Amino acid sequence: MASSAAVPFWRAAGMTYITYSNICANLVRKCLKEPFKAESMNREKVHFSLSKWADGKPQKPGFFFFFTLLPV
Amino acid sequence: MLRQASRLLSRSVTAASSKSVTARAFSTELPSTVDSTFVESWKKVAPNMDPPQTPSSFMKPRPSTASSIPTKLTVNFVLPYASELSGKEVDMVIIPATTGQMGVLPGHVPTIAELKPGIMSVHEGTDIKKYFVSSGFAFLHANSVADIIAVEAVPLENIDASQVQKGLADFTQKLASASTDLEKAEAQIGVEVHSAMNAALSG
Repeated sequence: MASSAAVPFWRAAGMTYITYSNICANLVRKCLKEPFKAESMNREKVHFSLSKWADGKPQKPGFFFFFTLLPV
Repeated sequence: MLRQASRLLSRSVTAASSKSVTARAFSTELPSTVDSTFVESWKKVAPNMDPPQTPSSFMKPRPSTASSIPTKLTVNFVLPYASELSGKEVDMVIIPATTGQMGVLPGHVPTIAELKPGIMSVHEGTDIKKYFVSSGFAFLHANSVADIIAVEAVPLENIDASQVQKGLADFTQKLASASTDLEKAEAQIGVEVHSAMNAALSG
């Protein structure tokens, strides 16, 4: 019995399909012409709120920022 | 004899009742996927409670396959933010599967295909519409319905050739200088996507 089917290179490197798919989509979006690129960035904006905690309390009330691109 | 009694009873009840999927008055009307020994032992232990249902009992029956091959393929092409084509009847679609460009005609064998970055073209008479698909899946059903899902799909005119060239050069260089497995994988993905876009624009 074969040990495993041939895995794609990204799976072998420890990446999941969703990560792979999102990276591909981001690369395609980065190569769009101008009005479409701005629209797609708008669409894929993610709003983050990050708070660091210490002693059971948030240190700052939380600082807000948003990511438009995956850190590739 | 008593062991068979509940099975025979449920069989006659099912035959007598209507076959509608929503009418489920008695637990004995479960479809034949139910495990009768489990149901019987359940009844011994908890006679007043319905046996638990399994996911298969909630499933609707598959849409029937037409006896003759339909003349048109029904395509549903969806993206996370928009439904590009919904129930559109076309002659053929060519999808960029990982195993190569795959032509889908009505009556295609039911298939699930993973898509690689590449061109998807929808053929309707003499009309051909091309999209560059970043990645996704294509589900081809027995009744000549194709569900194609992609994360990002753009018409070829919207791609900027100069950025593609620049990206390709960047990632080729990153691939050469990558150290960890993950970096190599990311650079490799970059090279693949950009070469696919390049080929799409020039081919």
